[in-house]
Amino acid sequence: MFREIAYYPGCSIEGTAKEFDESVREICKVFGISLREIPDWNCCGSTPAHIYEPLLSAALSGRNLAIAESVGFDKVMTPCPGCLKALKGSLEAFRDPTKKEDFLRILNMPFEGRIKAVSIVQFLIEDIGVDEIERNVVFPLEGITVVPYYGCLLTRPPKFAEFDDPEQPTSMDRLLGAVGAKVPHFPFKTECCGATYGVLRKDIVGKLTGRILKMAQDLKADAIAVACPLCQQNLDLRQGQVERYRKESFEIPVIYITQIIGLALGIEPKKLGLHRLAVKPNFLFEMSRKGKENFVLEKQT
Amino acid sequence: MRIGVFVCQCGTNIASTVDTERVAEAARRLPDVVYSTTYVYTCSEPGQQEIQRAIEAYNLQGVVVAACSPRMHEPTFRRAVEKAGLNRYMFEMANIREHVSWISNDREANTKKAIELVRMAVAKLRFNQPLFPSRVAINKRVMIIGGGVAGIQAALDCADAGLQVVLVERKASIGGKMAQLDKTFPTIDCSSCILGPKMVDVAQKENITLYAYSEIESVSGYVGNFTVKIRKKATYVDWTACTGCGVCMEKCPSRKVLDEFNEELSFTRAISIPFPQAIPKKATINPKYCLHFTKGKCGICSKVCPAKAIRYDMTDEVVTEEVGAIIVATGYDLFDPSAYGEYGAGQYRDVITGIQYERILSASGPFGGHIKRPSDGKEPKDVVFIACVGSRDASVGRPYCSGVCCMYIAKQAILTKDHIPDSRCYVFYMDIRAPGKNYDEFVRRAQEEYGVQYIRGRVGKIYPKGDRLVVQGMDTLLGVQIEVEADLVVLATGIEASKGARELAEKLHISYDQYGFFMENHPKLRPVETNTAGIYLAGACQGPKDIPASVAQGSAAASKVLALFARDTIETSPQVASVNERACIACGKCIEVCPYGAIRWKELKGGIKKAEVLATVCQGCGLCNATCPPKAIQLQHATDNQILAEIEELCA
Repeated sequence: MFREIAYYPGCSIEGTAKEFDESVREICKVFGISLREIPDWNCCGSTPAHIYEPLLSAALSGRNLAIAESVGFDKVMTPCPGCLKALKGSLEAFRDPTKKEDFLRILNMPFEGRIKAVSIVQFLIEDIGVDEIERNVVFPLEGITVVPYYGCLLTRPPKFAEFDDPEQPTSMDRLLGAVGAKVPHFPFKTECCGATYGVLRKDIVGKLTGRILKMAQDLKADAIAVACPLCQQNLDLRQGQVERYRKESFEIPVIYITQIIGLALGIEPKKLGLHRLAVKPNFLFEMSRKGKENFVLEKQT
Repeated sequence: MRIGVFVCQCGTNIASTVDTERVAEAARRLPDVVYSTTYVYTCSEPGQQEIQRAIEAYNLQGVVVAACSPRMHEPTFRRAVEKAGLNRYMFEMANIREHVSWISNDREANTKKAIELVRMAVAKLRFNQPLFPSRVAINKRVMIIGGGVAGIQAALDCADAGLQVVLVERKASIGGKMAQLDKTFPTIDCSSCILGPKMVDVAQKENITLYAYSEIESVSGYVGNFTVKIRKKATYVDWTACTGCGVCMEKCPSRKVLDEFNEELSFTRAISIPFPQAIPKKATINPKYCLHFTKGKCGICSKVCPAKAIRYDMTDEVVTEEVGAIIVATGYDLFDPSAYGEYGAGQYRDVITGIQYERILSASGPFGGHIKRPSDGKEPKDVVFIACVGSRDASVGRPYCSGVCCMYIAKQAILTKDHIPDSRCYVFYMDIRAPGKNYDEFVRRAQEEYGVQYIRGRVGKIYPKGDRLVVQGMDTLLGVQIEVEADLVVLATGIEASKGARELAEKLHISYDQYGFFMENHPKLRPVETNTAGIYLAGACQGPKDIPASVAQGSAAASKVLALFARDTIETSPQVASVNERACIACGKCIEVCPYGAIRWKELKGGIKKAEVLATVCQGCGLCNATCPPKAIQLQHATDNQILAEIEELCA
């Protein structure tokens, strides 16, 4: 299977979430998916744009969609849920008869609105499929407990997202199950991590992220799987900060779901950027090493 | 023809955006119009007298009133002209209120449109013919569909008045939702103790024929003469022989059948009597679980039954009943809370619905009336109630208030405190809606005497913590987020239209609203009638209702039937199709298209066939007229000539 789809990386992917980008590209290779970056893509405007004026946000992302459409793509995938919401927001503006005219006037580019925007999770579920992933697993994550953390934007707002259940999503649960991990029901899968308050109000993020980490710890999770650069940053990079705030220790690795899947598919930990995580997933390194040894042994016999 | 035109001002309803004087002035210039005037309230007593006076003074032969929708006042004006000696069909109405004055503020355009409507009405009236109704006998039997408390009340009232009553219930027993309840607000009397005797009355009244475990297959006919086909679903037990002894149920080896009556909190058998007080108290086999049907073996019930009542080869049976009126009392269903993923209903066993809690509280329930939680059977100490689950929430398509939840929560909290005095009850609510007699006092008692904690705010999430649940919500009075740890969470699920309501409405030719509740004829003034004559509504099938309101409407519907049956015959509308035999080419197309089966063949001398309309069956829909190639079949009072005259006037 070889397919080419439009890829919108966004700013986090080029910076703090480099390993997300690396692991997405690696696993797409396994499934014969070629990711083509949208030529001359621009910033989605992130939080400031839609707070200032939703139409600005819609137009900024509309430009990226219009370019992708002009190149001939019918689907654009982005790993970042923030970017995703902006892309879906412009499609919503296009569909809404009260906004459509203004949106197209500001966009000032030909746009037919045929294109679909999906997250990497939605892409894995709908275009590759849980069964196909399961078939390609080389090192199953047996004996590893992983809780999926969806954050707020992957399946919401439901009107835009049109994917999975907004309050009790299961797509990441299914993906983790496919690679052999033990996935307990994680009640805080869509609770707020504090988002951008990590900069302004450390106490808020300390409190909110702390609850999520604590719940994961209570469920005896070896790792938390995420699919959002901002969630990952709050849970991983700020974990020390949270530990100081709550005066307790977690030491829970917070890993992109694509890194976990990549590892199970037999991709080198380094290629997946696992070494870039703040809380080191040592057990995964170990597992990967052992898995490889066994794999080699199996081949020899 | 000498025609009079009366332009109504409807106070300022019409006059404020239509120049009624100009409309009357324009009407005066129309052919055959000899008198035209305006009046402030034409429908009032002096307004009607003005019409009657003009009929006499100007020797009028036809009258046009330009006013409101004919739905409300056409009968009023028809009566008025009749009293003055005209045939009631020599009257036409132009709707210049709903169709003109209420929809636009443009006075000039409105006035022009009003004039056009009056011109059309006059043009039509010039072709009107006096028509005379015929009379048919009324079949004084009544059918009640639905055996909940509203249907039971209607059935008993009709039976008390001496009518023959046919009661049709979909489930194996009558009693409806009320039979499942533990106690009733605001008096805390036992629900089955007050309903039970009424159910027994239904069984004992000789003039009530009960079809339980039966559904309506089809309905035809019209007021006074309905023909209803009823599907008696196969119970696999001969109910004339079954004594309700329950031996079969005891011995049945298929024990993993979720008990519907106990809201799936316990198990019943593949052959079962729904509950101890069931009417009729007869066993029914559920073939989905019965080993005889699934595996082809067993047959224990058949062996143990002392009455030899088991009939594995039973099939559905369709019976026909003829009745003169129908009361629809099909009740409601409860909202499925799984739409709220954040509450985890269906996922967390100790998050239950209000009706499940009723069963838990009930002495005949799954735990014998001891409050236990479903997961581990422990007695809960902290119980949280969440109001408005599937009520007043547009995001789940239920923007309306269910009306009963505030009350049943207060009742359940009081009962919880009665059962477990050291328990703590919390209620998350939006507002308290308790407008009935002694209702608000009841809620205050829950708060003040029983110390139930009322927290104004919505719950955002429920999650498990150990073997308990954490309810995370907002206290909007304090402006803080709060978390309450609970052993049991009760979701006050709202009322929705019963499943199958829409299909039934289509069989009955009655209308329903966007949520599936049946529509009353007028929201204030005709709350029991539907817009199909002879079909009445009772209970929550018309909208959310509590027990007193359902009972009241049951009695109201019964009184409407009694009023209808107080006459021996009823007038049938002469606005029906009729065949001009000379023009009829006997193609039979009208017979094919008639949805009411109102047209049949008639043989003339020499074997010539012609179509014939059964005036009492015809509903005046006009399909035959539109289909007839030589236009031999004409709808009285809406003939081709009349409609063409209107169109010509509009296009002139």
